[in-house]
Amino acid sequence: MDKKTIFLVQLFFALLVCSFLVIPVFLSVLAGVTQNFFVGIKSGFTIRWIVEVLNLYTDTIYLSLLIAITCLLLTLIIGIPAAYVLARVGGRISRIIEEIIVLPVAVPGLAIALALIIIYGGFRDFRTSWYFILVGHVLYTLPFMVRSVLAVLSSFNFKELEEGAASLGASFWTRFFTIVLPNAKSGILAGSLMVFTLSIGEFNLTWMLHTPMTKTLPVGLADSYASMRLEVASAYTLIFFIMIIPLLLGMQLLSKDKN
Amino acid sequence: MKYYDYPKLFVLALPVAIFFVTFFIVPMIQLTIIGGSDEIGESSYLSIINKPRHFESLIATLMLSIAVTITALIISTATGLFLVRNIFPGREVLLSILTFPLAFPGVVIGFLIIMLAGRQGLIGWITKALYGDKIVFAYSMLGLFFGYLYFSIPRVILTIMATAEKLDKSLEEAAKSLGASPYRIIMDIIIPALKPGLIASGAICFATSMGAFGTAFTLATNIDVLPMTIYTEFTLNANIAGAASLSIVLGLVTWVALFIARSLSGQTVAVSG
Repeated sequence: MDKKTIFLVQLFFALLVCSFLVIPVFLSVLAGVTQNFFVGIKSGFTIRWIVEVLNLYTDTIYLSLLIAITCLLLTLIIGIPAAYVLARVGGRISRIIEEIIVLPVAVPGLAIALALIIIYGGFRDFRTSWYFILVGHVLYTLPFMVRSVLAVLSSFNFKELEEGAASLGASFWTRFFTIVLPNAKSGILAGSLMVFTLSIGEFNLTWMLHTPMTKTLPVGLADSYASMRLEVASAYTLIFFIMIIPLLLGMQLLSKDKN
Repeated sequence: MKYYDYPKLFVLALPVAIFFVTFFIVPMIQLTIIGGSDEIGESSYLSIINKPRHFESLIATLMLSIAVTITALIISTATGLFLVRNIFPGREVLLSILTFPLAFPGVVIGFLIIMLAGRQGLIGWITKALYGDKIVFAYSMLGLFFGYLYFSIPRVILTIMATAEKLDKSLEEAAKSLGASPYRIIMDIIIPALKPGLIASGAICFATSMGAFGTAFTLATNIDVLPMTIYTEFTLNANIAGAASLSIVLGLVTWVALFIARSLSGQTVAVSG
């Protein structure tokens, strides 16, 4: 085989893999705007399914946004200081603590949700509010914020900068807000995008933690997959894609900037 | 490092510590304790071996995850290497498409498999047009296999590409000039050099498949994979001890796999799906 044939075979294979990933997305988008998917696109296009989804499931979209924004704020407030402390202290202890903080990502959501229900399921007001879901989301997304900020802090010598500032009389808090935070900006941004995206799409924990009054977007999606006609389920999925794709694009751009 | 900063560092670390102990450490310890207690008094951790249903579910999940891992590694290595070594128009687009599904939740991936191989899916439609017989496999083990493959490929490709970019091309050229066949070059040079990436992404892929709940929830209402078994034990049979012990075992398996992955690649990867 000459070089050109090898190239073409490989390209064909890559395109095959791509189509495995893209075709179902394309089909689902198509089904969401088709009158009757069983008949095919000759039955005509419509936005009626999208309207139906918006009538039925708008609450889930708002709740998901509310949870994602609150979750982001909380991970910023508790995650950035945690990353800074880990970077400052360093050494073995810091690595062990980091390993513990990352645990909720390594343990399946189902197990964490079960543990939360066993302990806090009895507190009815808490169990039936969206704060219960929020707790799960913060646990699950926190590692991404901590790691992202920690990675930036370990990539430059912030201790030296801080020592310089301290020798000029800057207090601990001045240093934290005017040296550490601005320098960790890129990590905070990447972490924030990640946290927000993961929270919007989180299902494993949320399915166990939700109640009929607190349904998030992915919970609503699972609901529609089980009980609605294919067109409605597809239209709902389309709305989800519209929400999540800008976030994914943002993440791809950020990682490109880094390279 | 200034000694007198410690009280302030402690203040900064306090919120995360309180949150974590309250909502993770204490609940997980409780889960472990409950998992070890049963009404009968027998430790329900043994039920994984004693109860045929639990044991079969564990084996089925392990087999499925291993099969997905191997397939994803082969497909992604071939594609990843190709994308690292060739610059051509449209490469960036291909790359975006291949890494896009990274943050799709498992439920959505389950639905995408239904679009592909479900009752109204593309494959059913094509096979009906060709042979008059509709092939539908979305709701079987094979459907799960493709679903897990769907969310594994992007993760593995990213890791493989990161490793492949660091490959030393001169080694290959040296081997080629000494007359090595392409097969020998792949086996003796490329695969060993990619090994850390392969192990890391394989472990990630394996752990993700073991714990995947969303995809199984959409597709496999009657297939016993471990997350589904835990779910039915908890909701339908109200067997909290059994569900707890199975979760702990599952958690341990995925944690060990990811621990290996992290110590080799130093990155955090989500177990979703």
